Amino acid sequence: MSSVSAESPAGLIPEYHLTRERLEAMYATMVLARKLEERMLTLQRQGQAPFIIAGVGQEAAQVGAGMALQVGTDYIAPYYRDLAMNLVFGMTAREAMLNCLAKIDDPNSFGRQMPAHWGHRARHVVTQSSVVATQLLHAAGIALGAKLRNDPIVVLTSCGEGSTSRGDFHEAMNFAAIHKLPVIFFIENNGYAITEKTEKAMATEHVADRAAGYGLRGQVVDGMDVVAVYHTVKAVADQARRGHGPYLIEAKCYRLWPHSSDDDDTRYRPKAELEEWTRKDPITVFRDRLIEDGVFSEEELDAIDSKATEDVRDATQWALAQPDPKPEDALGFVFKEAGDA
Amino acid sequence: MPEMTVIEAIRSTLAEEMARDDRIFIMGEDVEAGGVFRVTDGLSKQFPGRIIDSPLAESSIIGLSIGAAHYGMRPIAEIQFADFIHAGFDQLCSEASRWSYRTRGDSYLPMVVRTPWGGGVHGGQHHSQSIEAYYGHIPGIKVVVPSFPADYRSLLRAAIADPNPVLFLEHKRTYRLVRQEVEGAAAEQVIGKSRITRRGDDVTVIAWGLMLHETLAAAKTLAGEGIECTVVDLLSVQPLDRETILEAARMTGKVLVVHEDTLTGGFGAEIAALIGEHAFEHLDGPVRRLAGPDIPSMPYHHAMEDFFMPDAKKIAAAIRDLAAY
Repeated sequence: MSSVSAESPAGLIPEYHLTRERLEAMYATMVLARKLEERMLTLQRQGQAPFIIAGVGQEAAQVGAGMALQVGTDYIAPYYRDLAMNLVFGMTAREAMLNCLAKIDDPNSFGRQMPAHWGHRARHVVTQSSVVATQLLHAAGIALGAKLRNDPIVVLTSCGEGSTSRGDFHEAMNFAAIHKLPVIFFIENNGYAITEKTEKAMATEHVADRAAGYGLRGQVVDGMDVVAVYHTVKAVADQARRGHGPYLIEAKCYRLWPHSSDDDDTRYRPKAELEEWTRKDPITVFRDRLIEDGVFSEEELDAIDSKATEDVRDATQWALAQPDPKPEDALGFVFKEAGDA
Repeated sequence: MPEMTVIEAIRSTLAEEMARDDRIFIMGEDVEAGGVFRVTDGLSKQFPGRIIDSPLAESSIIGLSIGAAHYGMRPIAEIQFADFIHAGFDQLCSEASRWSYRTRGDSYLPMVVRTPWGGGVHGGQHHSQSIEAYYGHIPGIKVVVPSFPADYRSLLRAAIADPNPVLFLEHKRTYRLVRQEVEGAAAEQVIGKSRITRRGDDVTVIAWGLMLHETLAAAKTLAGEGIECTVVDLLSVQPLDRETILEAARMTGKVLVVHEDTLTGGFGAEIAALIGEHAFEHLDGPVRRLAGPDIPSMPYHHAMEDFFMPDAKKIAAAIRDLAAY
């Protein structure tokens, strides 16, 4: 993390170097993401949703990174665990539920993709597939376009550490470094690629160690600490915007849930390990810290929790009542019509 | 009127379009120096910063183009040989082709991927392949296969203007072999239309790329023997011009499809199936295919290469046989 000045400007809480409002938004977004995914899992278990895949345990990394960007200007090319990052970029609880239930009005894919495959052109969220690491090249391509046009934007693309084994990771890092593109490769190292622990996928301890091999800078940050992630990404984004080129940030976090609703993690994950990481849950850790430091009272955070619970309840009831795709909605938009472009 | 080679047709169109639209840039291996076939010769001087050498990494050439197109640029990717595009298959098949579909048109990709394909240049296994059947099978990517310089110009212009990914296939053997008098600006042309280039009552032949030229040569020979051919220049594999194909099939009742690609699962199979399904009652014989043999790829030695490739002589023999059916 870059150094935080001791003399904080007005409104900034010294230990955090952030305003109370920003801290509240951080906490509220993390809590909303968690409660949405808890409800989504319930919907799946009830048979209302065929499948879910979640980012539980990675909310601090996602919210910290997302909030460090300029929403509306910068781009994100996220991956399927990044619900919380998408909430930062403008997705509503209702839209998240439309996506979970594959409703026709889901703005991400209108029921055409599995849940959590985000995308929203106007919000600068790049559509993604289930194939991992392809989005790293899309992000570099957006950054190349921005560089050719002299647009001062930053593109953040995220993936799990498992995705970094793919060739597109290598090709994207290499090209971004050669052309000094304003891309942040944000690796959410959650310890697992489905059942495979990190050591089965890479011989280095950190993904960040690989950055030097491409001629770009890389660093590790505690992905369970939303404030640390925020300041790390903010500093890097500011530099990238000024033409300093790409950067790799590896946020060490943990996948607290199984890979997906179809996965049984008890087959491969030691119980003690899960218990240890559960104690580091990024939301409870942040909550305890905010109370301990006197930034918010317990009652104030309880109120945020209640609001999130209410928002999720509303979103669920509302989304369940929204129309499903009709069978023939499978057709159309194979090609964009020239008049529409 | 000036005569143009295929190379000159492509280069002049690239230059015209780049001068008209500053969102266009070209990216590929060796393109700054003109590329291995010299298609982009001189363009880096004319358009500084907009002809970008890429590392030897085909997935990145396509994946970066996807990102740039999404951002609003008009990338033209060059894959040095069609044989090397397979490293980018994932980006084309899993990403580019589905960009519009999976967002119901909210996002779309105005991008072109140009690549030289086909045999006859002693390119061996990895500089000779036909790839139209692989990519013609993917809804969401347009696949264009011109044969004449004027069509290279008009279809390249249409490909650049198209809001969808277009795979623009350039037959490398024809680059300097085929010339045509070309005048004025590239014509307005719609992607997805085939053209009946010759009309005759006896046999219909459908071909594209180098094979179209070999077919026209065969048709000329056969006219002297009293066999008159209808020849269809396919021009586009995806979208496929079903109406023109069926019209041409009905005109003669006998159809031969010629392609360089290997027989089984080659694009001729799709065309034959289309005709069998929709023009059955007009047929006076089986729909035949003349294609490369079912071996993994084109061998290097000229004797074996010639064995692999259909040519005017083999096409004429196949037409004679079908005419006599």
